[in-house]
Amino acid sequence: MSLKDKLSELRQRGLADIKKSSDLKDVNQVRVQLLGKKGPITEVLRGMRDLDAEERPKVGAFANEIRDDLTNALAERKAELEEAVLNAQLAKETIDVTLPGTPVAKGEPHVIQQIVDQIEDLFLGMGYQVLSGPEVEEDKYNFEMMNLPKNHPARDMQDTFYITKEILMRTQTSPMQARTLEKHDFSQGPLKMISPGVVYRRDTDDPTHSHQFHQVEGLVIDKHVTMADLKGTLQVLAHELFGDKFDVRLRPSYFPFTEPSVEADITCFNCGGKGCKVCKNTGWIEVLGAGMVHPNVLKMAGVDPDVYGGFAFGVGPDRFAMLKYGVDDIRNFYLNDVRFLTQFTKKG
Amino acid sequence: MKISYNWIKEYLDLNVKPADLAEKIERTSVEVDDVTTPSDGLKKIVVGHVLSLEAHPDSDHLHICQVDVGEDEPLQIVCGAPNVAAGQNVIVALPGSRIADNVKIKKSKMRGVPSAGMICALQEIGFSEDVVPKDYVDGIYVLPADATPGDDVYDYLGMNDSLIDLDVTPNRGDMLSLFGTLHDLAAIYDQPVTLDKPEVKEAGADIADQLAVHVDDQLSPQYRMRLVKNVKLAPSPMWLQIRLWNAGLRPINNVVDITNYIMLKYGQPLHAFDYDKFAGNDVYVRTAKTGEKLTTLDENDHDLDESDIVIADEKAPIALAGVMGGLSTSIQDGTTTVAIEAAVFEHDHIRKTAQRHNLHTDASQRFERGINQTGVQEALDAAAQMMNELADGEVQKGSVVGSSNIPEPAVIELTLTHVNTVLGTDLSMDQVTHILESLGFKVAVHDDTLTVTVAVRRNDIHIPADLLEEIARIYGYDQLPATLPTGRMTMGTLTDKQRLMRATRHSLEGLGLNQAISYALTTEEKAQMFMMQASETTHLAWPMTVDHAVLRMNLVSGLLDDIAYNSARKVKDVALYEQGRVFYREDGVDRPSEEEHIAGAITGTLMPESWNQPAKAVDFYQMKGIVAAYLKDMAVNGDITYVPNTDMPEMHPGRTADILIHGHRIGFLGQIHPLVAKKFKIAATYVFELNLQAIIDMPKQENQYDVISRYPAITRDIAMLVDNDITNEQVVALIERRGGAFLQSVKLFDVYDGVKVPKGKKSLAYTLTYQDKHETLVDDAVTQAFEKVSKRLEDDLGAQIR
Ligand SMILES: [Zn+2]
Repeated sequence: MSLKDKLSELRQRGLADIKKSSDLKDVNQVRVQLLGKKGPITEVLRGMRDLDAEERPKVGAFANEIRDDLTNALAERKAELEEAVLNAQLAKETIDVTLPGTPVAKGEPHVIQQIVDQIEDLFLGMGYQVLSGPEVEEDKYNFEMMNLPKNHPARDMQDTFYITKEILMRTQTSPMQARTLEKHDFSQGPLKMISPGVVYRRDTDDPTHSHQFHQVEGLVIDKHVTMADLKGTLQVLAHELFGDKFDVRLRPSYFPFTEPSVEADITCFNCGGKGCKVCKNTGWIEVLGAGMVHPNVLKMAGVDPDVYGGFAFGVGPDRFAMLKYGVDDIRNFYLNDVRFLTQFTKKG
Repeated sequence: MKISYNWIKEYLDLNVKPADLAEKIERTSVEVDDVTTPSDGLKKIVVGHVLSLEAHPDSDHLHICQVDVGEDEPLQIVCGAPNVAAGQNVIVALPGSRIADNVKIKKSKMRGVPSAGMICALQEIGFSEDVVPKDYVDGIYVLPADATPGDDVYDYLGMNDSLIDLDVTPNRGDMLSLFGTLHDLAAIYDQPVTLDKPEVKEAGADIADQLAVHVDDQLSPQYRMRLVKNVKLAPSPMWLQIRLWNAGLRPINNVVDITNYIMLKYGQPLHAFDYDKFAGNDVYVRTAKTGEKLTTLDENDHDLDESDIVIADEKAPIALAGVMGGLSTSIQDGTTTVAIEAAVFEHDHIRKTAQRHNLHTDASQRFERGINQTGVQEALDAAAQMMNELADGEVQKGSVVGSSNIPEPAVIELTLTHVNTVLGTDLSMDQVTHILESLGFKVAVHDDTLTVTVAVRRNDIHIPADLLEEIARIYGYDQLPATLPTGRMTMGTLTDKQRLMRATRHSLEGLGLNQAISYALTTEEKAQMFMMQASETTHLAWPMTVDHAVLRMNLVSGLLDDIAYNSARKVKDVALYEQGRVFYREDGVDRPSEEEHIAGAITGTLMPESWNQPAKAVDFYQMKGIVAAYLKDMAVNGDITYVPNTDMPEMHPGRTADILIHGHRIGFLGQIHPLVAKKFKIAATYVFELNLQAIIDMPKQENQYDVISRYPAITRDIAMLVDNDITNEQVVALIERRGGAFLQSVKLFDVYDGVKVPKGKKSLAYTLTYQDKHETLVDDAVTQAFEKVSKRLEDDLGAQIR
């Protein structure tokens, strides 16, 4: 058998051994056997001394080629086996990804807070300040400066928790408007404010009444503020809170602190305006009161109604939340059942 | 006020459906509660003529009636009404009919006798009990003799009319009448309206010879009376009864019904007295004297005082002016001479009297809001005329007038520019003038200026802004453009306080607590629990219940109420926080000061049991971790320390700490006392409450960059035995003070006081980390520092290093 044939046979046998090797230890053994110092290739190369000078380089080159082939085959096999080992390992590590995630302690903002924040952010973006006044107010700011003198019949409309004759739980957040109007320096710019907060009425708690609830009142006073501006502002508010599809309409109403006074309805979200039980078949739902600030209110706060004027509005986040989420009992907001509180998680 | 669609149509040529009319009113005038047609939902209810009746053999009150319902054969109907009689025309619900409340009537048997339908009372076809004439309240209703059997009953009873229920705002007293409403509708539909004028046929003697009135015109700016003799009391004609019951008033007799009818039509409350019951011929309008009493028509007794206005004869009060008449001079069987009163009473008095005597009547409601002061005589004349026509009365000559102060109309100037500037519109002078004139106002135009003379009936209009509302609403709010305020720019930013309050909420939510909003009004006892400073309580003068009578001076008790509410509903794991105000009051000061607080409460576990981890019940250290993390978020500048507080009565004496920042107490933290938990019926609960205002006011750390050392840190662990009363804080403070220049941090990693340590001792173990920012630390330097601090611990705290 020629040296060349021996080498060819060696290659064939070597490749077969490599292929047969079933783990990394096997591969290593085969490598030592084939390519080691005492291995057959080394032996064959040793026999080259007996060849012609002409043959020697050819056989040498052939031997090197075979050694490279075997080396590559070994590396390939090794990689193959390593991958298999890793895959087996990973397969063993497989878990049920459908098992629930480990719970994380996470609290939610109160649904009323979410609505108040949303309203605040909207108006901050339009250049309003946010001002919250005292919850225990003077009759003067809560009523008198709102154009509700002591014997005004409209005082019957809101039953009040009095502490003394002159001190009361505020029934609206508008006293903060009076307090701010009194102090505002119009040479520094217009007054644009909202006042969010808790208010109190002398009511018996039931599904639709609560002695404590929330209000956000808004006020804009400048030289040229129009009722059209009021309408536009309320539209922006409705779109922010309920969505662009919602329309706003104004109706005449009566509040002592505004003239003209209006009530604003928005498209019924239950029926989209077609008429249903929720909207008493009108297609509209009353959501807020508003109007152009009464000259008396301005006068009492020391603002000249012949120069300045503007609008005011008041919305009830409790009512919004009830309408928006179909909450059927206002007391839910103040009893703090965690199964209620944790329902309002969608912030996106 | 329920206003009749048919009645309106007698005056205005409206080509609109009742629902559309109501919508228009709502969009332009006042709110509409609803629109109803009484016959809606009823079916197959007809006139029946009772041909005969016989007693039911098996009953002592049922009758078997043969009723002609306009068909070939009469129907046999068993009827239990006590007043059913042969010859009556009655309301019959035929077999297959539907009566009130959607009840279906079928053929049936009553105690064995077949009955084909039902003879109905008015209540059974939807009438409210309060409007059914007294004679028919306890039985069936008897229709007029000329009703045709078989006809639907609805037209006979006015049930096909539509009734628009107006919710009139306090300023629009004028809308509490047909005529007032017509004036508004005339403007809305831009249509002239002609209102009928009364023509009184007078006879008999001059009233002045028979009656004199003496009036304090401060109490009653107008007081007028007419006298009608020889009236014949009888039920009113059907058309009049229908007007009344459709407006929600019960027909009584022709005289009383006429006064109510005039009130509905003109808005002028009237009162009819039985003249023959007066003591003397003089009537006085005056304030009551303390001690005087009056029994009103509704048979209630009232103690009067000087703030009540009364009508009195020579002897005693005979009516509570503008509110309700007295029983002694009321119209009753046998009355033949009627004194009709039409007046204006001062509204404040009426309001207070109605309130004090809890008598809110149709009359008082109108006087409180103000009535049409130019129409008082007209309403009086119309009533007299009707008493002549419907009760055969002889109207005596003339009226007696005790006072006749009719206010001058308001005259208001405004400019067209002002109108358009405020409304944001572009109206022409013609448009504005036309709107105002359609409301019945007089307008004079000079250049840009309108001088408007307002109709007296509109007592709500005094200033230009009032006219703007009239213009805007009649023009239509839908036609207003929608714009946003222009003008000088303003910045809208939250204040530092508002930002910190938002950050507080976000921080605590991130730490696992849900935001609660509890009641600020609570019981006297709860208001005073968990007090952080001395304060007087603040009580409501007239609370609705004791549960909400006093202003809270802590937030924790409200959170415990919330936990109790959850617990009662089997919700065991509750983690809440609340941001809100507490109310502290100094003795002698009426108004409390308000302080922002933040509080939290956890019961059960914050981290519920899961398939891969057990539940961990909340404990002191978890709550402390939350408070510490929150305070770190707020970046308050200053050392935060926790000092045991054994003295808070509502707190566990061994598990409560005061929280101090820079030595100032800003709150507390710990487990509520088991007895308090028991009182609230809740499980072990951990709470904290902090003075948020104090945190807001404290200086804050600024974020700044601190170079992260490139050189390795070296750690050493130290374990020691110390006496039980040595605190972690003492050990850490000493290590920090004596740990050397390179000590970076001290971290507790083990506490043990079990069986392996001697009694009275505990084992504490800490990891000390050393690092130099500028070079690699040498082991020797660390060893030296470590040995030094170990020695200090032995010497100063008696620690045994292990
Ligand atoms: Zn709807």
